Amino acid sequence: MNWVVNNLGLIWSLTLDHIALAVPPIILGFLISIPIGWVANRYHASRGVLLTISGLLYTVPSLPLFIALPAILGTGILDPVNVVVGLTIYAVALMVRSVADALAAVDSGVRQAATAMGYSGWQGFWQVEFPLAGPVLLAGLRVVSVSTVSLVSIGSVIGVSSLGYLFLNGLQRNIVAEVISGIVATLVIAIVFDLILVAVGRILLPWAKADPSARQTRRRTAERALTGTVTS
Amino acid sequence: MIEFRTVTKQFPDGTVAVDALDLVIPARQTTVLVGSSGSGKTTILRMINRMVDKTSGDIEIDGEDIYSLNPVKLRRSIGYVMQNSGLLPHRKVVDNVATVPMLNGVKKADAREAALTLLDTVGLDRQLAERYPSQLSGGQQQRVGVARGLAADPNILLMDEPFGAVDPIVRAELQQELVRIQRELGKTIVFVTHDIDEAFLLGDQVVLLEKGGRIAQAGTPADILSKPASDFVATFIGADRGRRALRVEVVNGRSVVVDEDGRPTGVLQS
Repeated sequence: MNWVVNNLGLIWSLTLDHIALAVPPIILGFLISIPIGWVANRYHASRGVLLTISGLLYTVPSLPLFIALPAILGTGILDPVNVVVGLTIYAVALMVRSVADALAAVDSGVRQAATAMGYSGWQGFWQVEFPLAGPVLLAGLRVVSVSTVSLVSIGSVIGVSSLGYLFLNGLQRNIVAEVISGIVATLVIAIVFDLILVAVGRILLPWAKADPSARQTRRRTAERALTGTVTS
Repeated sequence: MIEFRTVTKQFPDGTVAVDALDLVIPARQTTVLVGSSGSGKTTILRMINRMVDKTSGDIEIDGEDIYSLNPVKLRRSIGYVMQNSGLLPHRKVVDNVATVPMLNGVKKADAREAALTLLDTVGLDRQLAERYPSQLSGGQQQRVGVARGLAADPNILLMDEPFGAVDPIVRAELQQELVRIQRELGKTIVFVTHDIDEAFLLGDQVVLLEKGGRIAQAGTPADILSKPASDFVATFIGADRGRRALRVEVVNGRSVVVDEDGRPTGVLQS
């Protein structure tokens, strides 16, 4: 415990670094996945290809990826951008399937009703399909959030500052408290992110609570998103 | 008035859903398209607001070719009510009704105010306005669907088996409600159903369809009942059986109408 008390400043600043590295990939991954997932859902032939490719991306080991990215991007080896780009790739890998599933789960009757009422294609997507996909999108985003927060640590191996430093340093110097504080702080970030996402969902999707069928679809799709990536 | 002139619809898989259809749907009346599944009735309905595009032929509304109009604008000017209500689950009841006027550029507050009045029209309590569709019963959702179809005050209202998914008691209620609304508003209603009783109840004109959207017979319910054009029509309307094959028996000096099984259904008034 002494170690923790003496190093609160370090833990806090590493926590902030960790958050700063985790947030952009979550947001970017979400935004990039929307058009790809839309295409996968819209054009039947592309679905299998796109989902397989994105699933395979997740199997690329992270350490070699972080080392290879500077060569590809022309960034410095210690540049945090490498980590952000790498984690965005993983976020996309997870999220594309969620977006495709979320859009596929929108009731075709409702989609037809939107057309019949006179929504144009673009309006219909943003005002009807996308919001209705919200609960499943949120479930996918929660998986992405947890995954990203835990993967950020690996950046420390290539020298990009995050809570991962506490595992490495703690292991090398055999300070158990340091390793544990790294794990706990990572867990806390993951939980706080999750709570924020759930709260945002409550605010943006008030109807989902009222609709029991939406809740079921959401759970099923979230389960599929998890098992899908594990097996692919 | 809606006019179909030798309209054909062939789907990409080769199915000819509607084959050279000629049909005039008069204004301010209810025309019911009735037929079994595969008769093309829904396809005909959806060609009117271009949810389905014709393969060939002409479709005109009040003399104007609907293919000279922007399809999105066309749909906003035509009311549409579908089975299972098709309400947007993420919008409150009042916002569902206000949707089309808002797409047409009406201000939100005005559209919502008008929507509340429409809830009265279709016999819904205004207290339901702030609920989400999933919190309503099937019959209530269907009423909201009708209100939404009427919201832009369209001349034409397309109804695709709107009462098909509710229980018989609620269906009878909704049918009566529609008869009342139509008496007040006098819209050009095109109503699709597979239920011949519903067709006879609601239709000023009934169009009986065979496979491929061929018209087996079109006319008033009385026309069709009194003079079925073919065996197909006679069988479809059940002219030869049950409670349509009525006959008169004299009992205690009065003319009692009985059905095929001899069960009395009423007394003729002289």
